[in-house]
Amino acid sequence: MATHLTAANVRPRHKRVLPGLSLSLGTSLLFISLILLLPMTGLVMQTMDMGWERYWQVITDERVVASYKVTLWAAALASIFNGFFGLLLAWVLVRYEFPGRRILDALVDLPFALPTAVAGITLATLYAQNGWYGDVLESLGIKVAYTPWGIVLAMAFTSIPFVVRTVQPVLEELSPEEEEAGMTLGASDWSVFRRVIFPALWPALMTGIALSFTRSLGEFGAVIFIAGNMPYVSEITSLMIFISLQEFDFAAASAIASVVLMASLVLLFAINIWQARYLRRLHGR
Amino acid sequence: MSILIENISKKFGHFQALSPLSLDISEGEMIGLLGPSGSGKTTLLRIIAGLEGADSGRIQFGDRDVTNLHVRDRRVGFVFQNYALFRHMTVADNVAFGLEVLPRKERPSRAEIQKRVQHLLEMVQLEHLANRFPSQLSGGQKQRIALARALATQPEVLLLDEPFGALDAKVRKELRRWLRGLHDELGFTSVFVTHDQEEALELSDRVVVMSNGNIEQIDQPGTLYASPNSRFVFDFLGNANVFEGKTDAGVWRNGQASIALPNGAQQEDGQLYIRSHEFFVSTEATAQADLPLRVIAINPIGAEVRLELAPIGWQSNDVWEVDLPHKAFDKNGFEKGQTVFVTPKAGYFFAHDAKQPVEIHWSITK
Repeated sequence: MATHLTAANVRPRHKRVLPGLSLSLGTSLLFISLILLLPMTGLVMQTMDMGWERYWQVITDERVVASYKVTLWAAALASIFNGFFGLLLAWVLVRYEFPGRRILDALVDLPFALPTAVAGITLATLYAQNGWYGDVLESLGIKVAYTPWGIVLAMAFTSIPFVVRTVQPVLEELSPEEEEAGMTLGASDWSVFRRVIFPALWPALMTGIALSFTRSLGEFGAVIFIAGNMPYVSEITSLMIFISLQEFDFAAASAIASVVLMASLVLLFAINIWQARYLRRLHGR
Repeated sequence: MSILIENISKKFGHFQALSPLSLDISEGEMIGLLGPSGSGKTTLLRIIAGLEGADSGRIQFGDRDVTNLHVRDRRVGFVFQNYALFRHMTVADNVAFGLEVLPRKERPSRAEIQKRVQHLLEMVQLEHLANRFPSQLSGGQKQRIALARALATQPEVLLLDEPFGALDAKVRKELRRWLRGLHDELGFTSVFVTHDQEEALELSDRVVVMSNGNIEQIDQPGTLYASPNSRFVFDFLGNANVFEGKTDAGVWRNGQASIALPNGAQQEDGQLYIRSHEFFVSTEATAQADLPLRVIAINPIGAEVRLELAPIGWQSNDVWEVDLPHKAFDKNGFEKGQTVFVTPKAGYFFAHDAKQPVEIHWSITK
């Protein structure tokens, strides 16, 4: 401590707007501890009590495993759909001027602002057999509400902003000269998109899709109202946690939650590491 | 390949970027488009490339009418101001791009592409950087890679937008010489845009001076410098001091200052443009000129010393700049704040509403 102080006295004071490292880092760490780490520790503590065998039994229960499958493939479909649609939406918002562009831009954030339960009830009402869309789809023989497709729909709805908002700034920064350079070198439009534009967007798009995917894994409010919640068919993992809670089996709830948590963390870390490597190439060093 | 530009015009909204203009470029020529920003030079270059469409007129490459041809079919090499290298590709992949995107029938084999890239990198003397990414290169290196990339498809027309604008003075000079050498060796027709008169005069076979969407003058650098045909060209080519004079008993007068009319000059009011090196400087007025000025700065630049002078008792829009050889400067030992008198040796006279100047010389009597 003493050496630190003398060193600080000797060194010229850095001219920074925000207070120095110790204060800002300290505050950040305190908040991360309170908001993120403490609840997570609690979750792990809960599962500690139950013993390995019981833990394994809970997380590999047949009904729970079925819910993993439903959640995973629904989230995968939803995030892939969002990958395409979100990219298109971001492209339109950045590249074109049209009346109502600002309104559309603001609407993108609606799924974030809307309480997810409201979104779920609205979607369920619209896509129910007697709802506006459900009625039309019913006549075509397609059922959305109260089937696994309803889960995909609700997940896609709540997580679309992730893709749009991560791709948008990158698109805005993309210099038109690179596209023009591609064209002067004789590349077709498709070639320019595939070889010049897409590689620049790729990291942001992947991050957006991954965020959308992890958000979908944990989505609860919007999904349960439209899913139908039939055991083995349309039950999602977060519903399994909720059911355990209702049975006052907190340990089981924590056990299942820890699986979701691990899956999300692994995915987020993986995408971060991959992106850091890719960006290092783009920005040198 | 020769380039024929006929009555090309362009409007952006209400802004007339190019008034109808025509330009004839012969095969193998190097043309500099010179002008201040907003003069339309970049727009003209982009129209030649096909990156921008013209509102009217016609463009022909050799016998080929390319007016309605898409950029990718015009087969021009284009070098962008900020290089526009593909950031996610290595240097070698950047250079290979033009070959990789050729339709399968015309595309050389992988080995052939590799060989061509290697050759191009040798030509720009950067073969050791083949596997680097653009972000790891210096400005000058990026510019050379951009050139190699543009030349990969062996275009007969090379267009360059402010090619050396973002580089420091030394690198700029070096690259300029190198580009000129490359041009002479490969024989392509090139058009480049610049706002740097020195660059335009040094590099081009002919310089096209532009302002406000018009071509002011097209000439070889020597001719352009010796006989600028308008006030604009004179101002833009720089280093001219302007003396606004009214005739009065054999002299042009402005406030307390006066310059004697040379023999045979018309008795007319107008402006005298005198280049900064066409003076001699003394501590007293001469029979021929009485131009009192105060020394406000002394800048040694290369082979000469530049004096910045402010008029005393007469009007001028700008500070006057006078260049002296070191020898003449050392002999007199001028100091900041001192009053000096300058005497012009030669200049150009624009009569009041004349567009063309008259060249004038004084027979110096010391």
